[in-house]
Amino acid sequence: MKGRVFDDTLLQLSTSDNVGTTVDDISAGIKINIDDRSVVLVEDVPFGHKVALESVDIGGEIRKYGEVIGKATQTIGVGEWVHTHNCESTRGRGDRATAEGETT
Amino acid sequence: MTHTFEGYRRSNGRVGVRNYVAVIPTSIAASSVVTAIADEAGPWARATPHQLGTSQPNRARQQTERVLAGIGKNPNVGSALVVELGTEDINTESLADSIASSGKATEILTIREAGGTSNALSEGSDRLSRLKAEADQAIREEADVSELFFGVECGGSDSTSGVAANPAVGAACDRLVEAGGTACFSETPEFIGAEHILADRCVDEDTHERLLERVDTREGMTELMGVDLRGAQPTPGNQDGGLTTIEEKSLGAISKGGTTSIHGIVDYGELLPTNAGLVLMDTPGYDVESVVGKVAGGAQIIAFTTGRGSTTGNPIAPVIKITGNPKTWNRMANNIDLNAGTVLNGESIDSVGSRIFETIIDVANGSRTEAEHRRLEEFAINEIQPEELTSEVNV
Repeated sequence: MKGRVFDDTLLQLSTSDNVGTTVDDISAGIKINIDDRSVVLVEDVPFGHKVALESVDIGGEIRKYGEVIGKATQTIGVGEWVHTHNCESTRGRGDRATAEGETT
Repeated sequence: MTHTFEGYRRSNGRVGVRNYVAVIPTSIAASSVVTAIADEAGPWARATPHQLGTSQPNRARQQTERVLAGIGKNPNVGSALVVELGTEDINTESLADSIASSGKATEILTIREAGGTSNALSEGSDRLSRLKAEADQAIREEADVSELFFGVECGGSDSTSGVAANPAVGAACDRLVEAGGTACFSETPEFIGAEHILADRCVDEDTHERLLERVDTREGMTELMGVDLRGAQPTPGNQDGGLTTIEEKSLGAISKGGTTSIHGIVDYGELLPTNAGLVLMDTPGYDVESVVGKVAGGAQIIAFTTGRGSTTGNPIAPVIKITGNPKTWNRMANNIDLNAGTVLNGESIDSVGSRIFETIIDVANGSRTEAEHRRLEEFAINEIQPEELTSEVNV
Protein backbone atom coordinates (compact mmCIF):
# COMPACT_ATOMS: atom_id res chain seq x y z
CA MET A 1 0.00 0.00 0.00
CA LYS A 2 1.13 3.51 -0.75
CA GLY A 3 1.68 5.85 2.17
CA ARG A 4 2.05 5.26 5.89
CA VAL A 5 -0.34 4.01 8.56
CA PHE A 6 -0.04 5.66 11.98
CA ASP A 7 -0.99 3.68 15.09
CA ASP A 8 -2.82 1.12 12.89
CA THR A 9 -5.52 3.76 12.62
CA LEU A 10 -4.86 6.49 10.10
CA LEU A 11 -3.41 6.22 6.59
CA GLN A 12 -1.58 9.16 5.04
CA LEU A 13 -1.21 8.38 1.32
CA SER A 14 1.33 11.09 0.49
CA THR A 15 3.56 13.19 2.73
CA SER A 16 2.02 16.42 1.40
CA ASP A 17 -1.53 15.33 2.37
CA ASN A 18 -3.32 17.34 5.05
CA VAL A 19 -5.92 14.60 5.62
CA GLY A 20 -5.55 10.96 6.65
CA THR A 21 -7.95 8.07 5.95
CA THR A 22 -9.21 5.93 8.82
CA VAL A 23 -8.63 2.18 8.47
CA ASP A 24 -11.30 1.36 11.09
CA ASP A 25 -14.19 3.10 12.86
CA ILE A 26 -12.44 5.55 15.20
CA SER A 27 -13.98 7.21 18.28
CA ALA A 28 -13.68 10.79 19.48
CA GLY A 29 -10.80 11.34 21.90
CA ILE A 30 -8.47 8.77 20.33
CA LYS A 31 -4.93 10.13 20.05
CA ILE A 32 -2.88 9.19 17.00
CA ASN A 33 0.87 9.72 16.99
CA ILE A 34 2.24 11.08 13.75
CA ASP A 35 6.03 11.28 13.90
CA ASP A 36 6.85 13.97 16.45
CA ARG A 37 3.31 15.22 16.96
CA SER A 38 -0.15 13.85 17.64
CA VAL A 39 -3.71 14.27 16.37
CA VAL A 40 -6.65 13.85 18.74
CA LEU A 41 -9.96 13.02 17.07
CA VAL A 42 -12.57 15.61 18.02
CA GLU A 43 -15.48 13.48 16.79
CA ASP A 44 -16.26 9.86 15.79
CA VAL A 45 -15.03 9.09 12.27
CA PRO A 46 -16.24 6.02 10.38
CA PHE A 47 -14.00 3.54 8.52
CA GLY A 48 -12.61 4.95 5.28
CA HIS A 49 -13.38 8.59 6.06
CA LYS A 50 -10.94 11.49 6.41
CA VAL A 51 -9.44 13.29 9.40
CA ALA A 52 -7.68 16.68 9.22
CA LEU A 53 -3.99 16.35 10.07
CA GLU A 54 -3.53 20.15 9.90
CA SER A 55 -5.91 23.05 10.34
CA VAL A 56 -7.34 24.45 7.11
CA ASP A 57 -8.83 27.93 6.54
CA ILE A 58 -12.02 28.53 4.57
CA GLY A 59 -11.17 28.10 0.88
CA GLY A 60 -7.99 26.22 1.74
CA GLU A 61 -6.96 23.17 -0.28
CA ILE A 62 -7.69 19.66 0.96
CA ARG A 63 -4.92 17.30 -0.24
CA LYS A 64 -5.02 13.49 -0.57
CA TYR A 65 -2.95 11.25 -2.88
CA GLY A 66 -0.59 14.27 -3.01
CA GLU A 67 -3.27 16.08 -5.07
CA VAL A 68 -5.97 18.67 -4.37
CA ILE A 69 -9.32 16.90 -3.89
CA GLY A 70 -11.39 19.97 -2.94
CA LYS A 71 -11.60 23.15 -0.88
CA ALA A 72 -12.68 23.76 2.69
CA THR A 73 -16.10 25.42 3.00
CA GLN A 74 -15.46 26.30 6.64
CA THR A 75 -12.48 26.44 8.94
CA ILE A 76 -11.35 22.92 9.78
CA GLY A 77 -9.38 22.13 12.95
CA VAL A 78 -6.85 19.37 13.51
CA GLY A 79 -8.60 16.07 14.32
CA GLU A 80 -11.90 17.03 12.69
CA TRP A 81 -13.80 14.78 10.31
CA VAL A 82 -13.41 16.09 6.73
CA HIS A 83 -16.33 15.33 4.42
CA THR A 84 -19.12 16.95 2.39
CA HIS A 85 -20.15 19.19 5.32
CA ASN A 86 -16.84 21.08 5.26
CA CYS A 87 -15.17 20.23 1.94
CA GLU A 88 -16.43 20.57 -1.63
CA SER A 89 -15.36 19.83 -5.16
CA THR A 90 -14.27 22.62 -7.46
CA ARG A 91 -15.40 20.70 -10.54
CA GLY A 92 -18.60 19.88 -12.40
CA ARG A 93 -20.68 22.79 -11.09
CA GLY A 94 -23.10 23.21 -13.99
CA ASP A 95 -25.66 24.64 -11.55
CA ARG A 96 -23.41 27.62 -10.84
CA ALA A 97 -22.76 28.30 -14.51
CA THR A 98 -26.49 28.32 -15.19
CA ALA A 99 -27.23 30.51 -12.21
CA GLU A 100 -24.62 32.98 -13.33
CA GLY A 101 -25.87 32.91 -16.89
CA GLU A 102 -22.59 31.61 -18.24
CA THR A 103 -22.57 29.58 -21.39
CA THR A 104 -19.10 28.17 -21.43
CA MET B 1 7.53 -16.12 -17.53
CA THR B 2 5.21 -16.83 -20.43
CA HIS B 3 1.53 -17.35 -19.87
CA THR B 4 -0.90 -19.15 -22.10
CA PHE B 5 -4.55 -20.10 -21.92
CA GLU B 6 -6.90 -22.38 -23.83
CA GLY B 7 -9.35 -20.33 -25.88
CA TYR B 8 -11.59 -20.42 -28.94
CA ARG B 9 -9.71 -18.93 -31.89
CA ARG B 10 -12.05 -17.18 -34.34
CA SER B 11 -11.34 -16.85 -38.05
CA ASN B 12 -10.54 -13.12 -37.61
CA GLY B 13 -7.72 -14.09 -35.24
CA ARG B 14 -9.30 -13.01 -31.97
CA VAL B 15 -9.62 -15.60 -29.22
CA GLY B 16 -12.71 -16.21 -27.09
CA VAL B 17 -12.64 -17.41 -23.49
CA ARG B 18 -16.30 -18.52 -23.76
CA ASN B 19 -18.29 -19.92 -26.68
CA TYR B 20 -21.82 -18.55 -26.49
CA VAL B 21 -24.63 -18.21 -28.99
CA ALA B 22 -25.60 -14.54 -28.62
CA VAL B 23 -29.28 -13.60 -29.02
CA ILE B 24 -29.29 -9.89 -29.84
CA PRO B 25 -32.41 -7.68 -30.13
CA THR B 26 -32.25 -4.59 -32.35
CA SER B 27 -34.69 -2.75 -30.04
CA ILE B 28 -36.70 -3.05 -26.84
CA ALA B 29 -39.53 -4.46 -28.96
CA ALA B 30 -37.57 -7.70 -29.34
CA SER B 31 -36.00 -7.75 -25.86
CA SER B 32 -38.59 -9.96 -24.14
CA VAL B 33 -38.43 -12.41 -27.04
CA VAL B 34 -34.62 -12.77 -26.94
CA THR B 35 -34.74 -13.39 -23.20
CA ALA B 36 -37.40 -16.07 -23.61
CA ILE B 37 -35.56 -17.77 -26.49
CA ALA B 38 -32.24 -17.87 -24.63
CA ASP B 39 -33.77 -19.00 -21.32
CA GLU B 40 -35.53 -21.84 -23.09
CA ALA B 41 -32.31 -22.92 -24.85
CA GLY B 42 -29.95 -23.05 -21.86
CA PRO B 43 -26.87 -21.28 -20.50
CA TRP B 44 -24.96 -21.62 -23.80
CA ALA B 45 -27.36 -19.05 -25.28
CA ARG B 46 -26.91 -15.50 -24.01
CA ALA B 47 -29.52 -12.79 -24.50
CA THR B 48 -28.56 -9.11 -24.51
CA PRO B 49 -31.94 -7.41 -23.88
CA HIS B 50 -31.83 -3.60 -23.83
CA GLN B 51 -34.17 -0.65 -23.52
CA LEU B 52 -33.50 1.36 -26.67
CA GLY B 53 -36.44 2.13 -28.95
CA THR B 54 -37.16 1.33 -32.58
CA SER B 55 -36.34 4.89 -33.68
CA GLN B 56 -33.44 6.98 -32.46
CA PRO B 57 -31.81 10.15 -33.81
CA ASN B 58 -29.01 9.29 -36.27
CA ARG B 59 -26.00 9.64 -34.02
CA ALA B 60 -27.69 7.77 -31.16
CA ARG B 61 -28.75 4.98 -33.55
CA GLN B 62 -25.24 4.68 -34.96
CA GLN B 63 -23.89 4.20 -31.46
CA THR B 64 -26.50 1.50 -30.74
CA GLU B 65 -25.58 -0.28 -33.99
CA ARG B 66 -21.88 -0.11 -33.17
CA VAL B 67 -22.48 -1.65 -29.74
CA LEU B 68 -24.78 -4.42 -31.02
CA ALA B 69 -22.33 -5.30 -33.80
CA GLY B 70 -19.45 -5.25 -31.31
CA ILE B 71 -21.30 -7.59 -28.96
CA GLY B 72 -21.89 -10.03 -31.82
CA LYS B 73 -18.25 -9.78 -32.91
CA ASN B 74 -16.88 -10.28 -29.39
CA PRO B 75 -14.73 -13.44 -29.58
CA ASN B 76 -16.65 -14.98 -26.66
CA VAL B 77 -19.54 -15.32 -29.13
CA GLY B 78 -19.43 -18.41 -31.35
CA SER B 79 -22.53 -17.60 -33.41
CA ALA B 80 -25.35 -15.08 -33.23
CA LEU B 81 -29.09 -14.66 -33.76
CA VAL B 82 -30.26 -11.08 -34.37
CA VAL B 83 -33.92 -10.54 -33.51
CA GLU B 84 -36.09 -7.61 -34.67
CA LEU B 85 -39.76 -6.78 -34.48
CA GLY B 86 -39.60 -5.52 -38.04
CA THR B 87 -40.08 -1.74 -37.65
CA GLU B 88 -36.66 -0.80 -36.36
CA ASP B 89 -34.65 1.97 -38.03
CA ILE B 90 -31.55 -0.15 -37.56
CA ASN B 91 -30.69 -2.00 -40.77
CA THR B 92 -30.79 -5.53 -39.41
CA GLU B 93 -29.20 -7.10 -42.47
CA SER B 94 -26.16 -4.85 -42.34
CA LEU B 95 -25.90 -5.48 -38.59
CA ALA B 96 -25.97 -9.26 -39.18
CA ASP B 97 -23.45 -8.88 -42.04
CA SER B 98 -21.15 -6.93 -39.75
CA ILE B 99 -21.29 -9.69 -37.13
CA ALA B 100 -20.83 -12.39 -39.78
CA SER B 101 -17.73 -10.55 -41.07
CA SER B 102 -15.96 -11.65 -37.87
CA GLY B 103 -16.28 -15.20 -39.22
CA LYS B 104 -19.26 -16.56 -37.35
CA ALA B 105 -22.65 -17.97 -38.36
CA THR B 106 -25.29 -15.25 -37.98
CA GLU B 107 -29.05 -15.43 -38.61
CA ILE B 108 -31.94 -12.97 -38.44
CA LEU B 109 -35.38 -13.57 -36.93
CA THR B 110 -38.18 -11.05 -37.63
CA ILE B 111 -41.05 -11.34 -35.16
CA ARG B 112 -43.67 -9.90 -37.56
CA GLU B 113 -42.65 -12.21 -40.39
CA ALA B 114 -42.65 -15.20 -38.04
CA GLY B 115 -46.30 -14.40 -37.22
CA GLY B 116 -45.99 -13.02 -33.68
CA THR B 117 -44.20 -13.93 -30.50
CA SER B 118 -45.40 -17.52 -30.20
CA ASN B 119 -44.15 -18.49 -33.65
CA ALA B 120 -41.02 -16.40 -33.13
CA LEU B 121 -40.18 -18.43 -30.02
CA SER B 122 -40.46 -21.76 -31.81
CA GLU B 123 -38.64 -20.52 -34.91
CA GLY B 124 -36.02 -18.93 -32.66
CA SER B 125 -35.53 -22.22 -30.89
CA ASP B 126 -34.93 -24.05 -34.20
CA ARG B 127 -32.45 -21.45 -35.35
CA LEU B 128 -30.58 -21.52 -32.04
CA SER B 129 -30.14 -25.29 -32.38
CA ARG B 130 -28.51 -24.78 -35.78
CA LEU B 131 -26.39 -21.91 -34.48
CA LYS B 132 -25.26 -23.99 -31.50
CA ALA B 133 -24.10 -26.74 -33.87
CA GLU B 134 -22.04 -24.08 -35.70
CA ALA B 135 -20.57 -22.71 -32.47
CA ASP B 136 -19.78 -26.22 -31.22
CA GLN B 137 -17.30 -26.67 -34.06
CA ALA B 138 -14.94 -24.37 -32.17
CA ILE B 139 -12.51 -26.11 -29.84
CA ARG B 140 -10.23 -24.69 -27.19
CA GLU B 141 -6.64 -24.33 -28.33
CA GLU B 142 -3.57 -22.70 -26.87
CA ALA B 143 -3.40 -18.91 -27.02
CA ASP B 144 -0.97 -16.40 -25.60
CA VAL B 145 -1.92 -14.05 -22.79
CA SER B 146 -1.01 -11.17 -25.14
CA GLU B 147 -4.20 -12.05 -27.05
CA LEU B 148 -6.31 -10.96 -24.09
CA PHE B 149 -8.33 -7.74 -24.11
CA PHE B 150 -8.91 -6.97 -20.47
CA GLY B 151 -11.49 -4.38 -19.40
CA VAL B 152 -11.43 -2.86 -15.93
CA GLU B 153 -14.32 -1.20 -14.20
CA CYS B 154 -15.29 0.06 -10.77
CA GLY B 155 -18.69 0.37 -9.16
CA GLY B 156 -19.97 1.02 -5.68
CA SER B 157 -16.62 2.60 -4.83
CA ASP B 158 -15.57 3.65 -1.37
CA SER B 159 -12.31 4.94 -0.01
CA THR B 160 -10.78 1.45 0.02
CA SER B 161 -11.17 1.28 -3.79
CA GLY B 162 -8.44 3.83 -4.46
CA VAL B 163 -6.16 2.42 -1.76
CA ALA B 164 -6.45 -1.34 -2.28
CA ALA B 165 -8.64 -2.86 -5.03
CA ASN B 166 -7.94 -0.36 -7.82
CA PRO B 167 -4.15 -0.24 -7.51
CA ALA B 168 -4.12 -4.07 -7.25
CA VAL B 169 -6.12 -4.40 -10.48
CA GLY B 170 -3.77 -1.78 -11.91
CA ALA B 171 -0.83 -4.03 -11.04
CA ALA B 172 -2.56 -6.85 -12.99
CA CYS B 173 -3.03 -4.45 -15.95
CA ASP B 174 0.68 -3.62 -15.80
CA ARG B 175 1.51 -7.34 -16.03
CA LEU B 176 -0.80 -7.89 -18.98
CA VAL B 177 0.57 -4.84 -20.80
CA GLU B 178 4.11 -6.02 -20.15
CA ALA B 179 3.14 -9.40 -21.64
CA GLY B 180 1.87 -7.64 -24.79
CA GLY B 181 -1.89 -7.60 -24.24
CA THR B 182 -4.46 -4.81 -24.26
CA ALA B 183 -5.95 -3.34 -21.09
CA CYS B 184 -8.76 -0.79 -21.12
CA PHE B 185 -10.40 1.40 -18.53
CA SER B 186 -13.12 3.98 -19.02
CA GLU B 187 -15.74 6.07 -17.17
CA THR B 188 -14.69 9.54 -18.35
CA PRO B 189 -16.56 11.43 -15.58
CA GLU B 190 -14.18 9.65 -13.21
CA PHE B 191 -11.19 11.21 -14.92
CA ILE B 192 -12.35 14.66 -13.71
CA GLY B 193 -9.78 15.98 -11.27
CA ALA B 194 -7.19 13.37 -12.29
CA GLU B 195 -6.96 14.14 -16.01
CA HIS B 196 -3.63 15.97 -15.61
CA ILE B 197 -2.05 12.72 -14.41
CA LEU B 198 -3.55 10.70 -17.28
CA ALA B 199 -2.64 13.38 -19.83
CA ASP B 200 1.02 13.23 -18.74
CA ARG B 201 0.99 9.48 -19.48
CA CYS B 202 -0.33 9.75 -23.06
CA VAL B 203 2.19 8.54 -25.65
CA ASP B 204 1.44 11.27 -28.20
CA GLU B 205 0.01 14.75 -28.49
CA ASP B 206 -3.12 13.58 -30.32
CA THR B 207 -4.11 11.20 -27.52
CA HIS B 208 -3.30 13.88 -24.95
CA GLU B 209 -5.56 16.43 -26.69
CA ARG B 210 -8.40 13.99 -27.25
CA LEU B 211 -8.35 12.88 -23.62
CA LEU B 212 -8.60 16.45 -22.30
CA GLU B 213 -11.31 17.26 -24.86
CA ARG B 214 -13.40 14.22 -23.77
CA VAL B 215 -13.07 15.16 -20.10
CA ASP B 216 -14.15 18.75 -20.94
CA THR B 217 -17.17 17.42 -22.83
CA ARG B 218 -18.25 15.18 -19.94
CA GLU B 219 -17.76 17.96 -17.40
CA GLY B 220 -19.59 20.35 -19.74
CA MET B 221 -22.64 18.07 -19.69
CA THR B 222 -23.32 19.26 -16.15
CA GLU B 223 -23.68 22.74 -17.64
CA LEU B 224 -25.79 21.55 -20.55
CA MET B 225 -28.15 20.06 -18.02
CA GLY B 226 -27.71 22.89 -15.50
CA VAL B 227 -26.92 20.48 -12.72
CA ASP B 228 -24.47 20.22 -9.88
CA LEU B 229 -22.27 17.16 -10.32
CA ARG B 230 -22.04 16.87 -6.55
CA GLY B 231 -25.53 15.33 -6.33
CA ALA B 232 -24.47 12.41 -8.55
CA GLN B 233 -20.69 12.20 -8.25
CA PRO B 234 -19.61 10.92 -5.87
CA THR B 235 -22.88 9.01 -5.49
CA PRO B 236 -24.61 9.00 -2.09
CA GLY B 237 -23.21 5.47 -1.59
CA ASN B 238 -19.68 6.63 -2.45
CA GLN B 239 -20.13 9.45 0.08
CA ASP B 240 -21.22 7.02 2.80
CA GLY B 241 -18.04 5.12 1.99
CA GLY B 242 -15.91 8.20 2.68
CA LEU B 243 -15.50 9.74 -0.79
CA THR B 244 -16.15 13.49 -0.57
CA THR B 245 -15.49 14.91 -4.05
CA ILE B 246 -15.26 13.77 -7.67
CA GLU B 247 -11.54 14.64 -7.62
CA GLU B 248 -10.99 12.21 -4.74
CA LYS B 249 -13.05 9.51 -6.45
CA SER B 250 -11.21 10.02 -9.77
CA LEU B 251 -7.74 9.92 -8.21
CA GLY B 252 -8.64 6.54 -6.74
CA ALA B 253 -10.44 5.32 -9.87
CA ILE B 254 -7.59 5.89 -12.34
CA SER B 255 -5.26 3.61 -10.39
CA LYS B 256 -7.21 0.59 -11.69
CA GLY B 257 -5.54 1.11 -15.08
CA GLY B 258 -2.07 0.65 -13.64
CA THR B 259 0.95 2.79 -14.30
CA THR B 260 1.85 2.25 -17.97
CA SER B 261 1.63 4.75 -20.83
CA ILE B 262 -1.75 5.49 -22.42
CA HIS B 263 -1.69 4.48 -26.07
CA GLY B 264 -5.04 5.82 -27.23
CA ILE B 265 -8.63 6.69 -26.44
CA VAL B 266 -11.49 5.03 -28.32
CA ASP B 267 -15.21 5.85 -28.52
CA TYR B 268 -17.92 4.05 -26.59
CA GLY B 269 -18.16 0.49 -27.95
CA GLU B 270 -15.40 1.04 -30.55
CA LEU B 271 -13.09 -1.89 -31.34
CA LEU B 272 -10.06 -2.05 -29.02
CA PRO B 273 -6.77 -2.31 -30.91
CA THR B 274 -4.66 -5.50 -30.75
CA ASN B 275 -1.53 -5.71 -28.53
CA ALA B 276 -2.06 -2.06 -27.77
CA GLY B 277 -1.02 -1.73 -24.14
CA LEU B 278 -3.22 0.52 -22.03
CA VAL B 279 -6.08 2.20 -23.93
CA LEU B 280 -8.91 4.39 -22.60
CA MET B 281 -12.54 4.23 -23.70
CA ASP B 282 -14.79 7.31 -23.46
CA THR B 283 -17.83 6.00 -21.55
CA PRO B 284 -20.34 7.28 -19.02
CA GLY B 285 -19.79 6.51 -15.35
CA TYR B 286 -22.80 4.16 -15.19
CA ASP B 287 -21.05 0.84 -14.63
CA VAL B 288 -23.38 -1.51 -16.54
CA GLU B 289 -23.24 0.64 -19.69
CA SER B 290 -19.52 1.11 -19.29
CA VAL B 291 -18.87 -2.65 -19.03
CA VAL B 292 -21.04 -3.25 -22.12
CA GLY B 293 -19.03 -0.61 -24.04
CA LYS B 294 -15.79 -2.47 -23.36
CA VAL B 295 -17.29 -5.88 -24.18
CA ALA B 296 -18.55 -4.38 -27.47
CA GLY B 297 -14.95 -3.23 -27.96
CA GLY B 298 -13.80 -6.85 -27.77
CA ALA B 299 -12.87 -7.31 -24.10
CA GLN B 300 -13.12 -11.03 -23.27
CA ILE B 301 -12.70 -10.57 -19.50
CA ILE B 302 -13.69 -7.76 -17.13
CA ALA B 303 -12.29 -7.05 -13.68
CA PHE B 304 -14.72 -5.05 -11.56
CA THR B 305 -13.65 -3.47 -8.29
CA THR B 306 -16.11 -2.51 -5.58
CA GLY B 307 -15.85 -1.15 -2.08
CA ARG B 308 -19.49 -1.04 -1.03
CA GLY B 309 -20.39 -4.30 -2.77
CA SER B 310 -21.71 -4.86 -6.30
CA THR B 311 -23.32 -7.87 -7.96
CA THR B 312 -23.05 -6.75 -11.59
CA GLY B 313 -22.11 -9.24 -14.30
CA ASN B 314 -22.36 -9.40 -18.09
CA PRO B 315 -23.97 -11.97 -20.43
CA ILE B 316 -20.97 -12.24 -22.79
CA ALA B 317 -17.80 -11.60 -20.74
CA PRO B 318 -16.96 -13.10 -17.35
CA VAL B 319 -16.75 -10.41 -14.68
CA ILE B 320 -14.19 -10.90 -11.88
CA LYS B 321 -15.23 -9.05 -8.72
CA ILE B 322 -12.58 -7.63 -6.40
CA THR B 323 -13.14 -5.68 -3.20
CA GLY B 324 -10.66 -3.73 -1.10
CA ASN B 325 -13.09 -3.49 1.80
CA PRO B 326 -12.64 -6.37 4.29
CA LYS B 327 -16.15 -5.82 5.69
CA THR B 328 -17.69 -6.14 2.22
CA TRP B 329 -15.64 -9.31 1.60
CA ASN B 330 -17.01 -10.84 4.80
CA ARG B 331 -20.56 -9.80 4.02
CA MET B 332 -20.73 -10.55 0.27
CA ALA B 333 -18.13 -13.25 -0.42
CA ASN B 334 -20.67 -15.14 -2.56
CA ASN B 335 -20.72 -12.28 -5.06
CA ILE B 336 -17.01 -11.42 -4.94
CA ASP B 337 -14.09 -13.41 -6.33
CA LEU B 338 -11.07 -11.78 -4.71
CA ASN B 339 -10.30 -9.99 -1.47
CA ALA B 340 -7.87 -7.10 -1.92
CA GLY B 341 -8.70 -5.83 1.58
CA THR B 342 -5.60 -7.73 2.71
CA VAL B 343 -3.68 -4.67 1.52
CA LEU B 344 -4.93 -2.86 4.62
CA ASN B 345 -3.24 -5.59 6.72
CA GLY B 346 0.05 -5.45 4.91
CA GLU B 347 -0.19 -7.64 1.76
CA SER B 348 1.63 -5.77 -1.01
CA ILE B 349 -0.25 -4.32 -4.00
CA ASP B 350 2.06 -6.35 -6.22
CA SER B 351 1.15 -9.59 -4.44
CA VAL B 352 -2.60 -8.95 -4.81
CA GLY B 353 -2.00 -7.93 -8.44
CA SER B 354 -0.30 -11.27 -8.97
CA ARG B 355 -3.33 -13.12 -7.52
CA ILE B 356 -5.62 -11.14 -9.82
CA PHE B 357 -3.46 -11.93 -12.85
CA GLU B 358 -3.55 -15.66 -12.05
CA THR B 359 -7.33 -15.44 -11.68
CA ILE B 360 -7.57 -13.80 -15.12
CA ILE B 361 -5.70 -16.79 -16.60
CA ASP B 362 -7.94 -19.26 -14.71
CA VAL B 363 -11.07 -17.49 -15.93
CA ALA B 364 -9.68 -17.38 -19.49
CA ASN B 365 -9.26 -21.17 -19.23
CA GLY B 366 -12.93 -21.57 -18.33
CA SER B 367 -13.05 -21.20 -14.56
CA ARG B 368 -16.35 -19.51 -13.71
CA THR B 369 -16.66 -16.30 -11.72
CA GLU B 370 -19.17 -15.71 -8.92
CA ALA B 371 -21.29 -13.57 -11.26
CA GLU B 372 -21.29 -16.39 -13.81
CA HIS B 373 -22.27 -18.98 -11.19
CA ARG B 374 -25.26 -16.82 -10.34
CA ARG B 375 -26.09 -15.90 -13.95
CA LEU B 376 -25.86 -12.18 -13.17
CA GLU B 377 -25.95 -10.72 -16.66
CA GLU B 378 -26.91 -7.05 -16.63
CA PHE B 379 -26.93 -5.44 -20.05
CA ALA B 380 -27.56 -1.78 -20.98
CA ILE B 381 -26.42 0.38 -23.87
CA ASN B 382 -25.61 4.04 -23.35
CA GLU B 383 -28.12 6.30 -25.11
CA ILE B 384 -26.82 9.63 -26.35
CA GLN B 385 -29.04 12.22 -24.66
CA PRO B 386 -30.99 14.98 -26.49
CA GLU B 387 -28.85 17.65 -24.78
CA GLU B 388 -25.70 16.02 -26.17
CA LEU B 389 -27.19 15.80 -29.67
CA THR B 390 -28.30 19.45 -29.56
CA SER B 391 -24.89 20.55 -28.35
CA GLU B 392 -23.30 18.66 -31.24
CA VAL B 393 -25.55 20.46 -33.75
CA ASN B 394 -24.71 23.86 -32.26
CA VAL B 395 -20.96 23.33 -32.34
